[in-house]
Amino acid sequence: MSGPIVALKGVHKSYGDYHALRGIDLEIGAGEFFSLLGPSGCGKTTLLRTIAGFEDASEGRVLLDGRDMAGVPANRRPTNMVFQTYAVFPHLSVAENVGFGLRRSQMPKPERARAVEAMLEQVGLGGLGRRAAHALSGGQRQRVALARALILKPKVLLLDEPLSALDRKLREQMQHELRSLQRQVGITFILVTHDQEEALIMSDRIAVMFEGLIAQLATPEDIYNRPVDRRVAEFIGVMNLLRAEIRRNGSGIEAEIEGLGTVPIEARQVPGGLTGAATAGLRPETLTVLYEGQPDRGRVTHGNIEEETYYGDMTYYGVRLDGTDRPVTISMRNLPGRDILDPGTRTRVAWSPEALIFFP
Amino acid sequence: MRGGGLRIYALIYLLFLYAPILLLPLFAFNSSQIIAFPLAGFSTRWFEELVTVDALHEAVLNSLFIAVVSAVLATLLGICAARTAARYRFRGKGPVLGFIMLPLVLPEIIVAVALLTLILQLGLDLSVWSVIAAHVLICVPFSIAILQSAFQNLDASLEEAAVDLGETRWSTFRLITLPLVMPGIISSLLISFTISLDEFIIAFFLSGTDPTLPVYLWGLLRFPSSLPVVMALGTILVVLSILLITTAEFFRRRGLARTGATDSGGFI
Ligand SMILES: Nc1ncnc2c1ncn2[C@@H]1O[C@H](COP(=O)(O)OP(=O)(O)O)[C@@H](O)[C@H]1O
Ligand SMILES: [Mg+2]
Repeated sequence: MSGPIVALKGVHKSYGDYHALRGIDLEIGAGEFFSLLGPSGCGKTTLLRTIAGFEDASEGRVLLDGRDMAGVPANRRPTNMVFQTYAVFPHLSVAENVGFGLRRSQMPKPERARAVEAMLEQVGLGGLGRRAAHALSGGQRQRVALARALILKPKVLLLDEPLSALDRKLREQMQHELRSLQRQVGITFILVTHDQEEALIMSDRIAVMFEGLIAQLATPEDIYNRPVDRRVAEFIGVMNLLRAEIRRNGSGIEAEIEGLGTVPIEARQVPGGLTGAATAGLRPETLTVLYEGQPDRGRVTHGNIEEETYYGDMTYYGVRLDGTDRPVTISMRNLPGRDILDPGTRTRVAWSPEALIFFP
Repeated sequence: MRGGGLRIYALIYLLFLYAPILLLPLFAFNSSQIIAFPLAGFSTRWFEELVTVDALHEAVLNSLFIAVVSAVLATLLGICAARTAARYRFRGKGPVLGFIMLPLVLPEIIVAVALLTLILQLGLDLSVWSVIAAHVLICVPFSIAILQSAFQNLDASLEEAAVDLGETRWSTFRLITLPLVMPGIISSLLISFTISLDEFIIAFFLSGTDPTLPVYLWGLLRFPSSLPVVMALGTILVVLSILLITTAEFFRRRGLARTGATDSGGFI
């Protein structure tokens, strides 16, 4: 295997005495769909612009395909960018926009026109080449921006929240299109997003960022199932957090958890051999509301339903377990014949110790 | 009727503003030499007389030359200042910009006297160039005001996108920035041209032996017999000014539509 296509080594970026990036180390492989995920203001755009060459790192090195990019301006880097505002040139036609980057290539005119037409076809804008760019819809502009960058066959395509301006339906469609387009062209995509669902759906790997640092870098599955700390756990999906006490018990470990009682746990669930006061995490789908007449299964505890939110396919219950002061969230699939339970109902809750994750 | 008082006020206001101007064409096309009612009859003789006066032609040429050069220089300076103001943050930006905009509120006579003193102190001759220098000074603030909104409405990532696609800074300016702010540039050229063409006080102080059109016009006023000719000339100037300002505003609005920005208020 060849080396990483993007390598960042100790990248810092400060604006005056504000530190937007505080030491980023990162390697991204060729053909990877990589996401930078984090709340607004955590430095995602700054990092993307540092890779693109629009910002100079205050410290550290940026390597693209093994070459140090220090002093290499944006127009000579093997990257292209899809801007958050799309930045489609309003005074040019769609075809002129898409062919813009080919102006400097040696490609003869007819061949260029063919390349533009083929690219438009690929992003689903076939036949719209003569349309004025300022007359396009948001989704179409997004495709123009994509086509304009991809036609140059960059080593890395950088996308800054490309879907956040689209409405939900179109956004979901574009997520799938973007993913399959990336598999087709085989180019490394680096996607910036603050939408955890989007990152989980689209990425091979995700870097979760907080305050200019990468908190966790892993596959979507690992990020969801094995978050390294509470911040990551709470940012990705919903995580119920309960007070806990971890103790050694002979050769094993056990945890006393509020509302759930004392259970034996495995060492892999406890990062860094943590003992003493800790926080236990449980995803909403690992808890089950047991209906009247259903037999107990696994471990069972009791509580009161305090809230009920209906989502069509799912219902989210807020259940306050006995002995706790806040409700936990439990997600239940709405199967045929299964009633929606009203707030105030007393219920049994089934859960399993294997689903527990512990944080300091 | 609601707003009745306001409506009457607006009517009187407009009457005060435009009635005198309406008198210009009225007497310009009147056949009598005496400026008084009742009107004698329709005639274009005052316009015909305009064509035959050599001194007038010289004044017109002076004015056009001054207006064109002033408009171009003021707009060039305006482009630099407006782009800087819209794109860069630097220490003392506010005061510097305020200083450049100062001539907007400075009485023209002060600019005129100050420049006259300076030119005489330096031992230079008064010419069309001294008028141009002063006109650039008073046109630049207008140019900046127009162009600043043009540059501010321009999404900075458009320029970055062009660089990202391989263009240099200069080719980006030529291919992206310039076409998108062009309506603003045209609008600035036209407004500056109009301001310079109409300007009297500075030209009166600084034009020396090369009078501009307004200065020449003022000279004519000493002879009551040439009053109708002045009226004719005035009519042409009014029509020309309205035409230019309207065109300028048209370009400004088209620029806004093209960059998809909302109107932040222009001069009209
Ligand atoms: N040019 C700049 N000057 C000063 N501060 C900046 C500049 N660009 C970004 N920042 C700051 O850096 C932080 C990170 O910004 P950004 O990378 O845009 O965050 P994100 O894309 O994750 O929302 C923000 O707090 C922002 O205010
Ligand atoms: Mg951002």
